[in-house]
Amino acid sequence: MAAKTLTIDGKQISADQGATILDAATDAGITIPTLCHLDGVYDVGACRLCLVEVAGINKLLPACTTRVHEGMVIKTDSERLRKYRRMTLELLFAERNHVCAVCVANGHCELQSLAYSLGMDHVRYDYRFPKWGVDNTHTLFGMDHNRCILCMRCVRVCWHIEGAGTKNVSGRGSGSQIISDLNQPWGTSDTCTRCGKCVMACPTGALFAKGATVSEMERDRTRLEFIVTAREKKQWIA
Amino acid sequence: MSKRIVIDPVTRIEGHAKISIFLDESGQVSDAEFHVVEFRGFEKFCEGRPFSEMPGITPRICGICPVSHLLASARAGDAIMAVDIPPAADKLRRLMNLGQMVQSHALSFFHLSAPDFLLGWDTPPQKRNVFGLIAANTDLARAGIRLRQFGQEIIEILGGRKIHPAWAVPGGVRSPLTEEGRNRIRAWLPEAFATTHTALDLFKQVLDKHRREVQIFGNFPSLFMGLVEPDGTWEHHGGKIRFTDSSGSVIADQLDPLKYDEYIGEAVQSNSYLKSPYYLPLGVPDGMYRVGPLARLNVAEQMGTPKADTEFRLFKRMGHGAVTSSFLYHYARLIEILTSLERIEAYMGDPELSSEYLRADAGINSLRGVGVSEAPRGTLFHDYTVDRQGLLRKVNLIVATGQNNLAMNQTVAQIARHYVRGNEIPEPVLNRIEHGIRCYDPCLSCSTHAVGQMPMLVRLIDAGGRVVREIARG
Repeated sequence: MAAKTLTIDGKQISADQGATILDAATDAGITIPTLCHLDGVYDVGACRLCLVEVAGINKLLPACTTRVHEGMVIKTDSERLRKYRRMTLELLFAERNHVCAVCVANGHCELQSLAYSLGMDHVRYDYRFPKWGVDNTHTLFGMDHNRCILCMRCVRVCWHIEGAGTKNVSGRGSGSQIISDLNQPWGTSDTCTRCGKCVMACPTGALFAKGATVSEMERDRTRLEFIVTAREKKQWIA
Repeated sequence: MSKRIVIDPVTRIEGHAKISIFLDESGQVSDAEFHVVEFRGFEKFCEGRPFSEMPGITPRICGICPVSHLLASARAGDAIMAVDIPPAADKLRRLMNLGQMVQSHALSFFHLSAPDFLLGWDTPPQKRNVFGLIAANTDLARAGIRLRQFGQEIIEILGGRKIHPAWAVPGGVRSPLTEEGRNRIRAWLPEAFATTHTALDLFKQVLDKHRREVQIFGNFPSLFMGLVEPDGTWEHHGGKIRFTDSSGSVIADQLDPLKYDEYIGEAVQSNSYLKSPYYLPLGVPDGMYRVGPLARLNVAEQMGTPKADTEFRLFKRMGHGAVTSSFLYHYARLIEILTSLERIEAYMGDPELSSEYLRADAGINSLRGVGVSEAPRGTLFHDYTVDRQGLLRKVNLIVATGQNNLAMNQTVAQIARHYVRGNEIPEPVLNRIEHGIRCYDPCLSCSTHAVGQMPMLVRLIDAGGRVVREIARG
């Protein structure tokens, strides 16, 4: 595979042809904030946290879905990027009901830790306070739509790692929601194998082990990577 | 012309409230009311949440006694799962509740109330506070602050943080007492005992000077309610409900706390967000009862620990039958600190507190669960109704301060009648009226679910609703 050379944050690096900017940056030890990206499943560019500046292109591009090109000059950190990333986070917080203090994922939440690391100290937008419910019908797991950011990690792991195809998205825009099978209570799903990959994949407290109390949802993402590596590379290591 | 005097807000209590004093045509006090002007709404917005989250949500009602809500909530969860929790978990919950008793009572005594009776009622308000106490008696103030810290440290050692630990869960608790924690508590106990004995000696000395306050600060017949063990010993987490009357006779005993709605009614007042619970068989006003330290000591036959029992016998001699003066809440509080310390000391020798078997697991086995625990301010009930999935359909919280509501009204009226003559209300008199409320150490944020500010406003309002005079303080 041909290698491409490019510059990220002033650092000369090379990356495989077909690699994404995110892959190239990660290999070079440069961290780009991500939220909908999950190692082991394909990327969808949904959250816009990984936006980067590419010289010669006016609009910001998502690092997770943009492929590297020869001679690309990329900036992963600038005042403009920080501003957009904070705005994206504020919009996510304003859209649904995120109450960190009493959340099952408090302290182990990717949305929360990004808000800390990107310096989101307040939300400029009016909170929408939508009325979303909790699906607690499953014997093992629960889904709280109030805490869902629609990253679709759960949908991707359900379809492409487990192959069950239980999780899906219905609706449009901010009215979208994660559904099970034909938009029915999760506990009545015929397809769900109760594998728990969706719960492992969730970045917030939206999917949780039933009975979890504040801060108890700690997730081990490497298990997902382990399965993918085992399947694709026939290597049983994480 | 009849007039109304308003004290708003009341200071050095937890939360925001005001007092109205009604004067008749001749300027005599005709009535007084204590209004709680906060509204929190926890009962409503918790609807729809999984019951397992409640021990995380309800402690947020209050930063002073989050542990009480945590424990009552966890117990309600135990009832929904219909489990007996592991014995070690029960002991650990008790240990945390004892730590809570110590810290909250120390706060009430040293920070909030002692400035009044140690520095004097007529001390200027600028000095009549915990800083004044520090200036006047540095050692005592420091010891009091450290006693509170001791209680807080116990909470932190067990729950990982002093305020809002989410450590108790439906079915048990998350973690045991570590050896390091055990050693820290052990090492601190002698100092905590010494401070408590100093405070007890001091309070008994000032009691002679404050005979008048004992007589008029909420000294009236009422019922008393609290948890007791089967043999009538003081209880704080578990046990059954007992009611006694002001003659000291037990009028109902070993009532199942889970069936509280069979013996407690809730009256709603149009002028306050605080509901007024009463003993159902007697109705209002005869069913007025008090809860909290004074009530717990009145319903108990013994404290169950030697040092506290010695003080308890002295306390019992202060009443004919029951001890009816609310001023003696302060004394009862100190005795409760003492028994808490003795019980904590006993737990330090119990290896079971290091057990790893701490959490029972079960699904939804009962669609309703009631959790009861003695909070520092009195008996706390959490009553949850859930659906088959464990999502809350109805939440009812009966909080200690609410149960003292009728008694607080009567206390305010009694003090006002004694001191207020016509339109002139000097500041020290206002303070005495406020102290009548402080005796109960009310936690208004708990009972109605908001934050308070400190300045105080007194309004004289005539019968036509016109403000004829306004005094601002703070």
